Amino acid sequence: MSRIGVFVCWCGENIARTVDVDCVVQEVGKIAGVKCAVNYKYMCSDPGQTLIKTKIKEEKLDAIVVAACSPHMHQNTFRAAAAAAGLNPYLVKIANIREHCSWVHPNREEATTKAISIISLAVERVRHRRALNPIKVPILKRALVIGGGVAGIQAALDIADAGHEVVLVERNPSIGGKMAGLSETFPTLDCSQCILTPRMVEVAQHGRIKLHTWSEIIGVEGYVGNFTVKIRKKARYVDITKCTGCGECWTHCPSKRTPSEFDYGLGMRTAIYVPFPQAVPARPVIDPEACIRLKRGKGCGLCAQNCGTKAINYEDKEEIVTEQVGAIVVSTGFELFDISLRAQDNSCLSGYPEYGYGELPDVIDGLKFERLASASGPTGGEIVRPSDKKVPKDVVFVQCVGSRDPAHGMPYCSKICCMYTAKHSMLLKHKIHDAQAHVFYIDVRAAGKGYEEFYRRAVEQDGTNYYRGRVSRIVREGEKLVVSGVDTVTSEQITINADMVVLATAIRPSKGAQEVGQMLNIGVDGNGFFNESHPKLRPVETNTKGIFVCGACQAPKDIPETVAQASAAASKVLIMFAQGELTRDPEVASINERLCAACFTCVRACPYHAIEEAEIRGRDGKLIKRTARVNPGLCMGCGTCVAICPSKCAEIDGFSDEEIYSMLEVLK
Amino acid sequence: MTQLQFGYYPGCALHGSSCDYEQSLRAVLDVLGVKLEELNDWICCGASAAHALNHKLGVALPARNLAIAERDGVTELFAPCPMCSMELLKARDAIMSDETLRDEMSQTVELPLTGNVAIRNLIEVFMQIGQKALSAKITKPQTTLKPVCYYGCLLTRPSKVVKFDDPEHPTTMEEFCRLCGAEPLDWNARTMCCGAGLTMADADTVKTLSGRIISEAVRVGANCVIVACPMCHMNLDLNAAPSLLVLYLSDLIGLAMGLTASQLGINRHFSKVEAK
Repeated sequence: MSRIGVFVCWCGENIARTVDVDCVVQEVGKIAGVKCAVNYKYMCSDPGQTLIKTKIKEEKLDAIVVAACSPHMHQNTFRAAAAAAGLNPYLVKIANIREHCSWVHPNREEATTKAISIISLAVERVRHRRALNPIKVPILKRALVIGGGVAGIQAALDIADAGHEVVLVERNPSIGGKMAGLSETFPTLDCSQCILTPRMVEVAQHGRIKLHTWSEIIGVEGYVGNFTVKIRKKARYVDITKCTGCGECWTHCPSKRTPSEFDYGLGMRTAIYVPFPQAVPARPVIDPEACIRLKRGKGCGLCAQNCGTKAINYEDKEEIVTEQVGAIVVSTGFELFDISLRAQDNSCLSGYPEYGYGELPDVIDGLKFERLASASGPTGGEIVRPSDKKVPKDVVFVQCVGSRDPAHGMPYCSKICCMYTAKHSMLLKHKIHDAQAHVFYIDVRAAGKGYEEFYRRAVEQDGTNYYRGRVSRIVREGEKLVVSGVDTVTSEQITINADMVVLATAIRPSKGAQEVGQMLNIGVDGNGFFNESHPKLRPVETNTKGIFVCGACQAPKDIPETVAQASAAASKVLIMFAQGELTRDPEVASINERLCAACFTCVRACPYHAIEEAEIRGRDGKLIKRTARVNPGLCMGCGTCVAICPSKCAEIDGFSDEEIYSMLEVLK
Repeated sequence: MTQLQFGYYPGCALHGSSCDYEQSLRAVLDVLGVKLEELNDWICCGASAAHALNHKLGVALPARNLAIAERDGVTELFAPCPMCSMELLKARDAIMSDETLRDEMSQTVELPLTGNVAIRNLIEVFMQIGQKALSAKITKPQTTLKPVCYYGCLLTRPSKVVKFDDPEHPTTMEEFCRLCGAEPLDWNARTMCCGAGLTMADADTVKTLSGRIISEAVRVGANCVIVACPMCHMNLDLNAAPSLLVLYLSDLIGLAMGLTASQLGINRHFSKVEAK
């Protein structure tokens, strides 16, 4: 390219304050091949873009360099502007003189020199570029949703209602997630199951939703628009096509002493069970660890004898099914931080043995309290102490257990605990009129529509006592739990003789989320939550195209926010599906097949499995040679093959040796 | 089996008000064939006073003792008082993470200093001896004792310095109680404050704080409190209930090995229940 234009942005004062943009323009204008060099206050603005377009046409530019902010910010903006002026968008190169220069250097003179260097390198690079055309990839308009909590349900229904098929995978026997176990929801106190179960039934009855419960994802291959997903359907021992959900099996099951997962161990379930009455599908599974027949291989068989439709199959085996989809929504949800573990899964976490959780039966977490207060719970909605089933009078709620505590737990705020603790204190008062709720808090964070009003109701109408401070220890003395803490407002030590303690333990990503993330090649943050592509502008996209996240697997959030994000993820899937085919960045690797020695080192090195072994045959079908070949639909342009190829025949467009070496020449 | 040997740093307590502790652990370790080599010319560890007055003094005092240990080729130093072992560990961490400070301290204490000395508390010494070697010597299981184990503060704190057991819910001493045939009871006061050095300045506060621990021990039905700190021992021993013995962990192990109360110095305690 010999007619290069350079456009230097001031970025308001961001660049111009530190970099002498006039001097830069003057200097880079002297570089051979640079036809014009101009600066402007906001290059990304409409007049700025017009300037670029006009110059491209007037000066007949055949490549341009825009010296501005990071390419993550506006590369696409400037590529579009160039394309509008008839220039191939891949002949636009961004020189980042903001993040890499003006923001990090205080000295104006030195920063100016560095900016000139950065731009000179970009000029060299663009000089050796060739025009590229975007890769078009066809899309399979069928989506996978991983996790059937309220987020997954919402996303699946939205996509299916828009007319596309959805595969919904849930690892538990029923969809519904954590929300199905909640009692009443803040800030309206409407019953959680009453609003969720109709949605669950909609999923079950939807003609375009294929539901795999009691199933897990075990492998994902392919790329945006063309994913192949392997799903392990665990042995259910019940043929759900024959079963009517009548309940004869579980009423006759003699093995009744397994702690119910759905009730967090507060109630017991049988070996053949549905987790809760409104389960979807309302079909049981057999727990092989608890079933007498499956453990011994003979005997019992009462469920099969009492089944009118012969749906029980003790010989059932797990099954691997494969599904083809074009987009994936990840909604794997959360779990509570188990502070009872002395050996935590992370060396930074020491837990809170001083609270006696796991040792003292009447010290419970928020989700267990939800089950105690829920009409479908093990006590039928009566709030009683787990230890002796007595009705508690004084209940202490401790907020921020493991949240906002980098020393022992998580550094982040779990966001929902302030609100659900206020709700718990109200439910307590509504169900036990002479009870008293005591809440220990650090701050009350009630940001949300109607939230502050709700919290004030707890204080003013239901008389909840709030103490700003932490609890130092919880011990049992006789029938009472002695809670020692401090009120930092009055600077007094507080001791409460409580009947029950509810800990608002931190929210963490659910177990196995990280493995799902690895299969999907999407990243997690330091706390294990899935990373969104941009915290503000791309909140449901991930850095892997075609994969979206929503709900508490991305960060702690409440139901309204989860549902909103799930709909957002669904709409992103639908936007993709509406396009018909996808455009991918063509800056991908290619193999010079004439030079390739067919050692296939690159095939083994490629982290995306984008390179395959291929054969070149003559017209007569005779094998001429073997070669490695890149699938441009899969290649992410990471460059591993380029670095590893012993015969130097792999190359990435936009990162050719010619470009890189000519840049190095300038630096000499 | 090679004979275990430790450098020995008694600190002020074990040569003074808590000489019964020294008598006890020497008697027990003697039977177990563990050799103690007392540091020649050791000085004060700084205790709670030095670091409150002057940071460098707080490092220099224990550093001098570390340097003496290094000079005499000691690799493992046994400091039975948790205050001493914590101060030694704190000084060791400080000089090992800051080369300038180490050189300065080396000049101050007039000895070369590297910090390459491991510090052991009483429980760690027994852990190193091992359950097998200990149980081989147990001849009189103390089945009538119903102990609660009291850890106090400095055995496990600051946890980043001492790195020993869980600071909120320690349980290592319980293992040794079981080994001695005495089933330990669960209780709520294992890390509550005993009042520590306020004995001199504010005896009433100590009485309240130690009294809380004693009444908790009585509440759960214990007949003895097991400690591993001379300060804890003094405060609890002085305030013990009539039904309660306050024993060092070494006392309990000694009794189980068949040593007598007078051999172990238990007869010098204030708390007395009829002779065992």
